[in-house]
Amino acid sequence: MNSYLLSLAIWVPIIGAVPVLVLGSERRELVRWLALGVAIAGFVVTLPLYTGFDRQFVGMQFVEIAPWIPRFNVQYFLGVDGISVLFILLNAFVTILVIMAGWDVIEQKVAQYMAAFLIMSGLMNGIFASLDAVLFYVFFEASLIPMYIIIGVWGGPNRVYAAFKFFLYTLLGSLLMLVALLYLFLQAGGSFNLLEWHQLRLTMAPQILIFIAFLVAFAVKVPMWPVHTWLPDAHVEAPTGGSVVLAAIMLKLGAYGFVRISLPILPDASHYLAPMMIGLSLIAVVYIGFVALVQADMKKLIAYSSISHMGFVTLGFFIFNQLGIEGALVQMISHGFVSAAMFLCVGVMYDRMHSRQIADYGGVVNTMPKFAAFFMLFAMANSGLPATSGFVGEFMVILGAVKHNFWVGFAAATTLILGAAYTLWMYKRVVFGAVANDHVAGLTDIGWRETLILTLLAAAVLAMGIYPFPFTDIMHASVDNLLKHVAVSKL
Amino acid sequence: MKTLYLIIPFAPLVGAIVAGLFGKAIGRAGAHWVTIVGVAVSLVCSVLVMQDVLAGNTFNGTLYTWMEAGGLKLEIGFLVDRLTAVMMIVVTFVSLMVHIYTIGYMAEDPGYQRFFSYISLFTFSMLMLVMANNFLQLFFGWEAVGLVSYLLIGFWYTRPTAIYANLKAFLVNRVGDFGFLMGIGLIAAYAGSLDYATVFAKGNDLAALTETVTGWPLITAVCIGLFIGAMGKSAQFPLHVWLPDSMEGPTPISALIHAATMVTAGIFMVSRMSPLFELSDTALSFVIVIGAITALFMALIAIVQTDIKRVVAYSTLSQLGYMTAALGASAYSAAIFHLMTHAFFKAVLFLGAGSVIIAMHHEQDMRRMGGLRKYMPITYLTVLIGAIANAGLPPFAGFFSKDSIIEAVQLANIPGATFAYFALLAGVFVGGFYSFRLVFFAFHGKERFRHAGGHHGDHGDHGHGHHAEPHESPKVVTIPLILLAIPAIAAGWVIGPMLFGGYFGEAIFIGGNHHAIAHMQEEFHGVIPMILHGLTALPFWLAVSGAGTAWFLYIKRPDLPAVIKKKFATVAMILEEKYGFDRFNDWFLAGGARMVGRGLWKAGDQGLIDGIAVNGSAKTIGRFAGAVRLLQSGHIYQYAFSMILGLFVLMTLWLGRS
Repeated sequence: MNSYLLSLAIWVPIIGAVPVLVLGSERRELVRWLALGVAIAGFVVTLPLYTGFDRQFVGMQFVEIAPWIPRFNVQYFLGVDGISVLFILLNAFVTILVIMAGWDVIEQKVAQYMAAFLIMSGLMNGIFASLDAVLFYVFFEASLIPMYIIIGVWGGPNRVYAAFKFFLYTLLGSLLMLVALLYLFLQAGGSFNLLEWHQLRLTMAPQILIFIAFLVAFAVKVPMWPVHTWLPDAHVEAPTGGSVVLAAIMLKLGAYGFVRISLPILPDASHYLAPMMIGLSLIAVVYIGFVALVQADMKKLIAYSSISHMGFVTLGFFIFNQLGIEGALVQMISHGFVSAAMFLCVGVMYDRMHSRQIADYGGVVNTMPKFAAFFMLFAMANSGLPATSGFVGEFMVILGAVKHNFWVGFAAATTLILGAAYTLWMYKRVVFGAVANDHVAGLTDIGWRETLILTLLAAAVLAMGIYPFPFTDIMHASVDNLLKHVAVSKL
Repeated sequence: MKTLYLIIPFAPLVGAIVAGLFGKAIGRAGAHWVTIVGVAVSLVCSVLVMQDVLAGNTFNGTLYTWMEAGGLKLEIGFLVDRLTAVMMIVVTFVSLMVHIYTIGYMAEDPGYQRFFSYISLFTFSMLMLVMANNFLQLFFGWEAVGLVSYLLIGFWYTRPTAIYANLKAFLVNRVGDFGFLMGIGLIAAYAGSLDYATVFAKGNDLAALTETVTGWPLITAVCIGLFIGAMGKSAQFPLHVWLPDSMEGPTPISALIHAATMVTAGIFMVSRMSPLFELSDTALSFVIVIGAITALFMALIAIVQTDIKRVVAYSTLSQLGYMTAALGASAYSAAIFHLMTHAFFKAVLFLGAGSVIIAMHHEQDMRRMGGLRKYMPITYLTVLIGAIANAGLPPFAGFFSKDSIIEAVQLANIPGATFAYFALLAGVFVGGFYSFRLVFFAFHGKERFRHAGGHHGDHGDHGHGHHAEPHESPKVVTIPLILLAIPAIAAGWVIGPMLFGGYFGEAIFIGGNHHAIAHMQEEFHGVIPMILHGLTALPFWLAVSGAGTAWFLYIKRPDLPAVIKKKFATVAMILEEKYGFDRFNDWFLAGGARMVGRGLWKAGDQGLIDGIAVNGSAKTIGRFAGAVRLLQSGHIYQYAFSMILGLFVLMTLWLGRS
């Protein structure tokens, strides 16, 4: 069965970015519509991936394979399973939103801005679809460049520091990954095929070393404590669209690396180092939860909240039960919606007030009631309220964690209190209260474009909260297979 | 029949959505009609369901599969049995009354449509909670009612006290939910299901297990976890702190959410879980002690409050304590019975207080009231009925339920029951006192409202004349009061069938060695003998002497309270400070959390990680690069020299290797 759907998902946005660039920033209106068209086309081509997905089939689907660099046996090898398919859809969906979010806000270098997001979207689809290690690595590294440019060009006043910090942090991480990839290439007898690597026998010592090499690369991306400090800076300086993609998709790349590479290739090391991973995840949940509480800058607060929520993802992976892993995957998707929504909400206010400081706000509900209602919904989703998507993943991971070890579940469940505390306390200070100052008094409520974006996200958040079945159903076969695979020692 | 079950929760939901999203289009009248019709439909259907249930038809079925993972099937579904049916009637009836009352109470509020949308949404959530047939949906409803409560306490969002109170309520409830979730987690882990019937069937197996990591007896851990959830929602000591502050919300929701329905969710939940709680005497002891502490110590605070709503709020806390104590005594039916009668008489008290507040132009301080009975006779009469019922005097509803609880606790044979019995008895005296204090303080005595200004108001000012005579509230206010006062008088007379006629049947399970209700059943010979017996029993005389004391202090010698307060200044201060919980929580928990956060951020993130590791290594590299840069001088001869030097070194090493 030959299919070009994955290639389309990758290349439609990237090739579509070319005419956007060619048109140039002079014809802004045209460029915006073209970019939107490309983003929608990019989303439409991913839909058959969902509708045509065979839920019973365990292996890779929509596989494409062609030689790329025959000398090193590198292949253009694409395919998705129940673990990766949803991220491609999520990514394509979020791309539409960021194009719309940048509509009136970006006035400098519009074409380049739109093109950067389209290219990044294609590259990240490449990461989720790659089954060849070199291809994966190329996409993984290449996706850094547009984000670096987005922060560095359209970012805030301290953007250069943030962009550098972001770039160096992630680059340093991925260099170790390269070494690990080369080692595995040699061990596999000259193959970069990830599926073959899954079957590779490895003794404990190399497993642990390789695990740590991958860990550094992935932990930086997630980000896990203590290599998380680039994220708040990057978010604060990034333009709204940049923050949205960063939080919604880019953070998922590291987590995805764990399930696609670390767990199946290095099951023994994964089990051996699981207590450390669980420990780091819980630190992310609890420590970062406290840190989020005292942030004065809304974007920083949401950035820290992202780290805390991603702690649930890594926690879910390393408790090795189905509730945990599926919960983690659900949490990744939900976080894609919720963090995107939270950053967009801050963006809505920032566009009007040019401040992200909580102290500059107060009583926004008086002048922006419609916006306040949306923001309330997303704040509740961020606090993990049932019937929103934010609840589903956390609930599953907590159940899985209690099953694994009561105290792990106990520590993880503190998010119920901490998450609500930092989110709702911020909401209270920003939105509730009497009108705090003349700037707030002069705010105008959201227009139709912003309403549309937030409505789409609200629908996604509620749908996933009320009926998560379709989301988890598609994962079962693959997660089941992964768990069986990880349970078998490779020593 | 299934359609009927669906209509009951979803009719209010439709009303809520229409009023919430299209409030502007349909206008004020449209908003109250659509929601009232929704709730009325729900009430009618609930009555039909009650008839059906009484005919012996119960239902336990799935609506849809929410999710499935790791062998755990999570579903949304309904369990409709006798326990559910009582709750459905109570919820929809009180909700309908409150909806009607709101037309009058919120008449001038700009957030009229929003308010109706919220209370209908609440009705939906509460119905989903009581109709759940599994722990997942229970938790859904549990959190959803919490959300609506949060939105309604902060309804007047420009007031600092309101938005402080709603955040506090949400967070304190989250502490409870934390325990609740741990309980659910343990059930999922050990029973492999979250379906009530499946879990209850495995009860005895679970009781034999210990939690592997902690070594705790499993069933005790589960029950205490679940009960911590109940402590949050039903405001039990020490998680009671949010309920008095919730009075910042409009009065109709104080009646609906913070007295009649939502706060009783914990009581309902524990009754629903009776097959689990009956397996752990430790958990029951914990429950009875917490309940007794709440019953007595919250009642004591009520006697020093001067805000009319706060008196009722503390009285609610105390009554919730009685219900909880009943749960601990395995008298689940008595707890639900009291839940029901309390819903009626406490809704009367709150709505009556609201009626007074309207008449006083949003003055809530009883020190500026007095003598109101002349001006608002209907309100006076209904509040009086509520107060008598609350004090537990026969033949009003509260007598039957409260007396049953006290008797059940006396008969209970678990550790802590004796303490609970004396605490509840003392609480009866205090209850009689504060109930009648409210009546005498607000409705009798000197008219102190002549110079009352409406500053503490419920709505803020909207331009009423300050010196007008108070007058009776409009019909939309008084009719719900009257309709609620009727069951506040008469609802107790169903005690025979409800407690002792085996009404609850299968819905409630009582373990073999917990005999309280069975004993009482033997002693029970009908309503009239119970009243006659009650007249000679201790609780009656305690309540009467409480009422008498109130009469003496607030009618006969109104100068005395001030004297007593001066004499017992320390006691008064402790009570006025509410035992210091608020201060402690603000300082230690809220302040402490912020301090921890700041410490971790400054020392951990900024100091260690960024300061030393990240920027430190960047600086080190920078310094190293700076040193290396000195070598790159751009002078050819230096490069040539170093090349030659290097060559020599390498050659020496190479030659010297052999």
